[in-house]
Parts: sequence; structure tokens; C-alpha cells
Amino acid sequence: MDTFRTSVMVCGGTGCVAGGTLKIKKALDEELRRKGLEKEINVLLTGCLGFCAQGPVIAVHPDEIFYQRLTAEDIPVIVEDHFVKGRPVERLVCKEPAREQTVPLMKDIPFYNLQVLRALRNKGMIDAENIDEYIARDGYQAAAKALTEMTSAQIVDEMKRSGLRGRGGAGFPTGLKWEFCAKVKDDQKYILCNGDEGDPGAFMDRSIMEADPHVVLEGMLIGAKAIGASKGYIYVRAEYPLAVHRLQLAIDQAKEYGLLGENILGTGFNLDIEIYQGAGAFVCGEETALMRSLEGKRGMPRPRPPFPAVKGLWDKPTVLNNVETYANIPPIILNGADWYRSLGTEKSSGTKVFALSGAISNIGLIEVPMGIPLRKIIYEIGGGVPNKRKFKAVQLGGPSGGCIPEHLLDTPVTYEDIMQTGAIVGSGGMVVMNDLNCMVSVAKFFLEFTAEESCGKCPPCRIGTTVMLDILTNITEGRGKAGDIELLQDMAQDIISTSLCGLGQTAPNPVLTTIRYFRDEYESHINEGWCRTGVCKDLCTFYIDEEKCKACGACKRVCPQDAVSGEKKVPHRIDQARCIQCRSCYEVCKFDSVKIGPRSMRELLKGLPGQDALRDRQIRTLAGKEE
Amino acid sequence: MPRLTVDDLKKIKEQHREKLALKEGGSRVKVTVHMGTCGIAAGAKKVMDALLDEIGKAGAKDIIVATSGCAGLCSKEPMATVEVLNAAPVKYVYLNEEKMRKIFAEHVQKGQVVGECALVAGSETAY
Repeated sequence: MDTFRTSVMVCGGTGCVAGGTLKIKKALDEELRRKGLEKEINVLLTGCLGFCAQGPVIAVHPDEIFYQRLTAEDIPVIVEDHFVKGRPVERLVCKEPAREQTVPLMKDIPFYNLQVLRALRNKGMIDAENIDEYIARDGYQAAAKALTEMTSAQIVDEMKRSGLRGRGGAGFPTGLKWEFCAKVKDDQKYILCNGDEGDPGAFMDRSIMEADPHVVLEGMLIGAKAIGASKGYIYVRAEYPLAVHRLQLAIDQAKEYGLLGENILGTGFNLDIEIYQGAGAFVCGEETALMRSLEGKRGMPRPRPPFPAVKGLWDKPTVLNNVETYANIPPIILNGADWYRSLGTEKSSGTKVFALSGAISNIGLIEVPMGIPLRKIIYEIGGGVPNKRKFKAVQLGGPSGGCIPEHLLDTPVTYEDIMQTGAIVGSGGMVVMNDLNCMVSVAKFFLEFTAEESCGKCPPCRIGTTVMLDILTNITEGRGKAGDIELLQDMAQDIISTSLCGLGQTAPNPVLTTIRYFRDEYESHINEGWCRTGVCKDLCTFYIDEEKCKACGACKRVCPQDAVSGEKKVPHRIDQARCIQCRSCYEVCKFDSVKIGPRSMRELLKGLPGQDALRDRQIRTLAGKEE
Repeated sequence: MPRLTVDDLKKIKEQHREKLALKEGGSRVKVTVHMGTCGIAAGAKKVMDALLDEIGKAGAKDIIVATSGCAGLCSKEPMATVEVLNAAPVKYVYLNEEKMRKIFAEHVQKGQVVGECALVAGSETAY
């Protein structure tokens, strides 16, 4: 690695970027190259330096000099005077304003400094209900460029080179999709936006529609120009009232400004966009089903080909992209494909938005460069698993995805690498699970969801998921039998290979990945009648290890059944006849003295110790204290 | 409003960029209350009401109050961002009416960051 005599940190905070940081960095790189200093002086884009009001700012190390309110024109002077002659340019040096030292800076907090905002660049920065604020942050500049300076082929080419892949889950290259549709000749084409986000634990699209609705319109406008569409629909689920409200306001304002409607920006290009509210069926997120639903029919997928790019909505050529995909498009058009490719990996370029939820400290919405390891997302950005619990798995891709266990946490987040684990990147829901989660129950939860949401068209999906759900229910309720695991795996393969659409083809994934990584849990449910996490009420017994019990009374206070008895300094006991397996005592115990045993312990523990030596020995065996 | 041309778009951008950014002689403070679904569900509306109430009582005229969407940390809502002229924006978390009133009195009026509710200073990284 080269050693540099000086490092220049160019502030990449949203405030500074809006003020023109990227131009400054470009000017700096060029000027240094011209002077032959690129091997001596290192230029880095960094997180917010905390002087947003003076932005754009750069910091020069080790000189510890801040330059403020820069423009690209200031760069040659700085390079000449400071970097060549060693004299800082006084008139541009920042007089550091007094700042409270108690509040940490974003560049020092992993939640912020590991994130890179592209699709979310206006997150929390603008008033979503005011088009002028969107325009102030470069809004509709990309659309203006696409409409006035670019041909359809140029837009498609830029998108193809950017490597942007559909952010809805399937990861199909956006540029390619647009190219297919652009090539078809027809008098009417449609551009659609998929806002039918339905995965449990996913809220990326909702947040974008609520916080930055115009970016969706602008992305669609650029797509419409690329394929030659004059009519667009945004399909949003009716469960997102705030998103619908703000999108409608955005459409109205854009129409008023002539940014939608006829003769947009005086270019002669026409596009009208309407919102269509979906009733919340999960299958309507599938593209052909979504189009049927838009036509006013029952939302059911149909076979492809013909692909929607040729025959889509009302049998006309149609392009459907996801909300987050559209949010990525304006910056690509403005900054170019190479800029977009500068982050991410070869095959998965750019950034991806994830919704973190579940057993994680920082629940929220994040955007990271593709290729970042899962471990970094969960432990650094997400802040790890709270309440001193242990990480168990992370569920990616909702009901179509899978659970990734601890030992695979170094997997980089790219479409290909995640696929290797049996999960999918999906739309971006990341549900973190701790050691209180029973993986069989998790699989059952997701299968319950898909079995209910199956549209019913294909028997393998409609009947298959129901039968698999029955087997899982049997396992969690103590009726599991030998061969169940193999039967589940067999059926899963059949459903995957014989279903028509993505819903059926991916529905068994949560079951398959939990069997793959947590097979021992399935086995202990079936063979030992034992759910070690205490989730499956029929397969566990809560008891207190009297040698460990400190008689603090915490479990006694929390028990809703008054099943815990014991005085101060006397080890507590759980009355098995009263216990309803709510697990409250287990979760509250600080001394690890509440234990979870197999179902068979429950009857044994109904008697008092010391009355029956054989029974006492059986209990000790089940508790693992005697072989 | 007439239909825009590309030049109009640039003009609006310049005008509103000026408006969005605090500058000498203009507004002194900008307070953004984050009102996505997560914020509203956690009580952002009450926080906003408390802020407006304090501003009304103080008769302050140099404060911009804005709403915005989700700030990304749904579990720490309600959140607000306070930006005082010539200082980095500060993000406040887990707000309620009482905390908002305190932030108004100390940070908005006197420029002193309320450390116990503040999460971070600065703006997020965008490339």
C-alpha cells in the first residue's frame, strides 16, 4: 500500500453532497493528477464531518485544517498554495464554531458511518408534501436530462451499464427489462410501479413512498421515456394510507407543475400516472397477478412467456419495477453508470435498502453498499442483539427467503452469495432472531402465511403448503413422527419445481433452510418431545434448578398463574398443574435457574421430591444431571 | 402555477435551496419532526403540537418548523432534528412533549444541545 504525506477527507454528508461535494472531489482528483501529486496526497470521501452549516467542507490531515464553503473553483488555489507550497489558504479556512462535545458525530457511530444513502438520500431531509423541497435537492433534474438530452436507447444503455437489478426481490437487471419493452412496437405501453410490499418485516417501500414520493414519479418518468409509455400506474396496498396520501399529493403537485400530464417540460413527452390501491393479497406482488388485479380481475399469475414486456397490462407492452428500484434511477441518470458501479460488487452493484427488525437494537431502515458482510449489518449498524440474548439466525427475504445461522454471518450481501445459503436478498426485510426463537415455529409461521396467501391456482402450492403446514403443526404440538423431516423436504422440492409463480416456487424456503441449519431442533421436537426454547407449549416443562435459584422472587412476581411458590432464601418451585408455559419466568430469571425440560418431565414434577427415589432419578436424568 | 420548463426547474432549485439552508439574516433555527408512520405511531403529533405551542408562547419568528418522513431509526421514534445556524444538525430520539419543550428552551432558544436526548450530530453520508 502506498503511503501518502497528506490525506484529504472530503465530507460526504447529505448536506455537503447537496452543496456540491462530488464536484469538488472530482476537481481535486483532476488537479492533483495534473500536478502529479496523486501518489502523495490521498483523497477520501468520508462520513459527515459535522460542519454541515459551513459545507461543503474538506479536512486536511495531518495539518488538521478545515476548508469551508468550497466550490470547484477554489480547488486549484488550494492545491497550488497548500499542497505544493505548504501555505494553507487562509480565506477558506474554517473558523470552527463552538460545538457541544457531548454529542457524538455521525462519522463516529457505526449506524451512520457504514451507511451510504442513495435511494434514501432524502430520508428525513425534506417535506414529503412539498414538491419544491424535492426540486431543491436535485429533484426532477434527472427527468429533465432524460427528456431533453437523452434518447431512449441512451437511457437503456446507461441503466444496463449501471448494473442495477430489480430491488423487489428477483434481482432481474432493470436495463435489460427496459430494453425488451423498448424494442416492442405498439401504440400503447404502460409503466407500472410495484408498491405492494407484503413480506412480514419489510417496510422499505412504504418508507420511501412516505418520505420521498416524488422520487418514485421521477423514476417512472425516466422509465416511461425509455420504453415509450404514456400511461403509468402505481400499485400500492390500501394498508399504506399515508403512502397513498402522500403519493396522491405528489402526483397532483407534479401535474400542476407540468411534470406529469401532457407536453412535460415543453418536450412534447406525455405521461399520466394514477394510483391503484390493492386489497393486500400477497400474490398481487407477483407481476402478472398485479396486472390482472389492475385490470379489475382476480389477482392470479399466468404463465410466462409472453412476458409483460411484450404482453402485459391489457395485453400491451408493460414494464413493472419496484419502488426502491425507481428511487435508484434518478441518481444513476444524473451521475452516470460508473458512479453507480463505484459501490457494490461486479454482479451486484450499488446499494441496497434493508428494513431491520426483530431481536436487534437499532430497528429501522438502512442503506448499505452491496457486498457488506451480514455480520457488519447486524452487529455494527444494527447494534447487535439486545437484552444480553444470543443471536440465533437472521431471516432474509420474508416468506420466500430463509434463515441464515451464526456461522454464515460473514456472507457478503450480494444476490449470488445469499442465494448460496438457501435464502434470498429479497425485497430487503431482515428479521433477526435470538435464542428465544424456536426455528420450527418460525418455519411454521412463514408457511402459515404462504398457505393462506396462495391464490389457489396451482394444486402443488395450494394443497402442498397446507399439507406441509399440517406436518409442521403436528411437530410443534407433539405429534411429530419419524420420517416427517424427509417428507417435508420431498414435498418442498415438488412444490418448488411444479408451481407457476414465485410465491409457490419459494414458499418452502423457510422450511428448507431451517431444516438445513437447525435440523437438531426438528429432531428434538419429534424424537424427544422437547422444544428447548419453550415456544411450543406442548413440548416443554418449566422447572427451577434449586441449586442455582437465589430465591430473588422475580419469577414469582411475573407469573400470571401464581404457579411459583417459595419464600425468601428458599429455592422456588413451579407448580406444574398451574403452569401454562408462558415462559415469563424463564425470560425474567437473571441467574439461569429456570430451566426448560422435555414434555415428559411435567408429570414427574407434579409430585414432591423425596417421595419416590425412582421418579427423582428420572427427573435428574432428564435435567441432564445424571447419566 | 404555470407549466414548468427546464430553466424554471433550475430556478425553483436555487430559490428553495436557499430557503432550505439556514443563512445569516434569515431564519436562525430549523426543527424537523420526523413523521413517517413509525414516528406518528410513537407520538410525533404530540411532539409537534408541543413545539408549535412553545413557539407560539415565545412569539419566536425566526424558526422554521418542518415535517419529514422516517429518519431510519424506527425504534427510537419520535425523533426530531434541530439545526441551529452555524452548527451541525442534532438528532433527538425517544421524544415526548416534555422533552420537546426542554429542547426548545435550551437548544432552539439558547443554542445548548440537550445531551440526554441527543443521539448524534451531523448529516448522513450520501454519495
